[in-house]
Amino acid sequence: MTRFVLGRIGFYTLIAVLLAFFTVPLLWLVTAPFTSDPTYEVRVPDFTWDNFAALLEHPYALPSLWNSVVLSAGTAVLVVIFAALAAYALSRVRLPGRDALLYALLLLSSIITGTAAMVPLFQLAVELNLIDSQFGLILILTGGLLPAAIFMLKDFMDSTPKSYEESARVFGASPLQIVRDVVVPLVRPGLATIAVWAVANVWGNFLMPYLLLSDVEKQPAAVITYTLYTEGGQANLSMLSTFGLLYSIPVVLMYLFVSKKYGFRFHGGIKR
Amino acid sequence: MAAIELRGLTKVYPGGVRALDALDLVIPDGEFFALLGPSGCGKTTLLRTIAGLETATGGAVVIGDRDVTGVQPGARDVAMVFQDYALFPHMDVTDNIAYPLRIKKVSKNDRRDKAAEVGARLGLEHLMDRRPGQLSGGQQQRVALARVMATQAQAFLFDEPLSNLDARLRLEARTFLKKLQRELGVTTVFVTHDQAEALAMADRMAVMESGHIRQIGTPAEVFQRPANTFVAGFIGSTPMNLLDGVVRGDTLEVAGCKVAVPAAAEGRLSDGGKIVYGVRPEYMTYSAEPADGALGGKVSIVENLGASHLVTLDVNDVNVQAVVPEGSEPAVGDDGYALPRRDRALVYLDGELV
Ligand SMILES: Nc1ncnc2c1ncn2[C@@H]1O[C@H](COP(=O)(O)OP(=O)(O)O)[C@@H](O)[C@H]1O
Ligand SMILES: [Mg+2]
Repeated sequence: MTRFVLGRIGFYTLIAVLLAFFTVPLLWLVTAPFTSDPTYEVRVPDFTWDNFAALLEHPYALPSLWNSVVLSAGTAVLVVIFAALAAYALSRVRLPGRDALLYALLLLSSIITGTAAMVPLFQLAVELNLIDSQFGLILILTGGLLPAAIFMLKDFMDSTPKSYEESARVFGASPLQIVRDVVVPLVRPGLATIAVWAVANVWGNFLMPYLLLSDVEKQPAAVITYTLYTEGGQANLSMLSTFGLLYSIPVVLMYLFVSKKYGFRFHGGIKR
Repeated sequence: MAAIELRGLTKVYPGGVRALDALDLVIPDGEFFALLGPSGCGKTTLLRTIAGLETATGGAVVIGDRDVTGVQPGARDVAMVFQDYALFPHMDVTDNIAYPLRIKKVSKNDRRDKAAEVGARLGLEHLMDRRPGQLSGGQQQRVALARVMATQAQAFLFDEPLSNLDARLRLEARTFLKKLQRELGVTTVFVTHDQAEALAMADRMAVMESGHIRQIGTPAEVFQRPANTFVAGFIGSTPMNLLDGVVRGDTLEVAGCKVAVPAAAEGRLSDGGKIVYGVRPEYMTYSAEPADGALGGKVSIVENLGASHLVTLDVNDVNVQAVVPEGSEPAVGDDGYALPRRDRALVYLDGELV
């Protein structure tokens, strides 16, 4: 009995320590912006808006958030459209070597947005005149996310019965009508999952925009964060914390919204 | 409305399963035609090949006077009810029924009117705003029928439309479906593995076995004169007695008893030949007294069928069954005699009807 109680106490202590480990940075994130002259400590804030006022005066901070929105929304839209079409085709058409193709794609995708492909990608972007262009960046990010998105969506499509589509086919619906009227509504939770996943990915991506966008006015929030220093070369904690808070709010809101509207259903590549 | 004709229709699936083997079949305009066969015999494949969801490996499908063998499903002018009904879960009943019209670019108002009209005809008025997930099995089945009716196709294809309903509802739906088809007069092919369903509903029926049609005829023909022992064993709620026998002059020796040669086989059997003697339990006259040409033995089992009893006799170690009207059933262990009706008994030679 005592052993049981002691075990429980140990268990909860461990959990509490773990929780604290993850909570403290979050606490810092919500208190520091409202504290004048914040440090690395978590302190009870004195509820000042000065930090926000200072951030407003920063020429690139707020526009960079908008850039982040443009980049992630653009990428999410392209990823969802292309992944839906490709996953549908791959799920419904029998191709020899289809699964090998999928796994090869998945493997290669980690290279596309990984460091190994940086130099060739950079050169490709220069050649195609897509350097320093948000559209070019969107295309490259889309390419990097597509294989995994196709892989996840194909699983969704595989698990929806074929008879819905066949029924529509007998009524005379064209393949595009079938996708629009039947398949997309059926896999909507899957599409929402992919969209959120794409947005979150692009929102937090630092390396690609840092390399491919040199114009500060086009850079997203992830890159601008990196420039928030004081004249002395120290991290500007009041700016960083305030910007960090603004930077994280949209993603949290998006999760809440989508989860409420569609509900997440994530099975990845796992067959049930 | 149109007739359906299949000529030498063959379907071999990738992997080599020969699901249909050179089928010939003509279904006249307006007929209610049942395809009956055990599970896996190729019924669904046949229906899907008519609809165009499977491409035929060989042969032709003709609907009306048009060869549609290479035509896309949507251009064949047929409508199909799938075994799982395939109602779109994200559309309400109205939109489900109206979907075929939406594909045909009928205006939104006309679509809604038509859906309401067809829905009302099938008693769905109060359900038009519901999603399929909020309907019972019977209601879903009627929505699927309504959707098919809204297409005004030349022919209807039903894949086991009643198999998802519980037993009681199935009987109601059977009557309902038959009445509806009669009123609409649309050529209808419907697939079932339930012989009672086929007998009850069809104008004509085909019995299939592993990709072949074993008999085509009206339910009465198929019931009374099964063309071979497969059909004989498959049709009937109590299985037919199929007894090995030998021709002895102008009588047959079956299970150690002498029985008369059935009327239809008279003069067509050679002495000493091995045959299978078939007679339905319903076509046996049972008595406790010996009779000439009867199969006699001890009663081993008596099963209650409701208004009658199924009596199993042990005739020289061969089981022979007879249906006995209520009130005159024997007790287990009694001696009993089952006299086959001569005009209903059948003789099979090498599995085929003589
Ligand atoms: N898509 C398919 N690929 C390969 N074989 C199939 C396919 N569909 C059905 N079959 C095979 O064809 C035969 C007939 O199947 P089916 O038409 O579904 O029979 P039924 O509807 O009479 O039960 C079965 O042996 C089945 O295993
Ligand atoms: Mg079937």
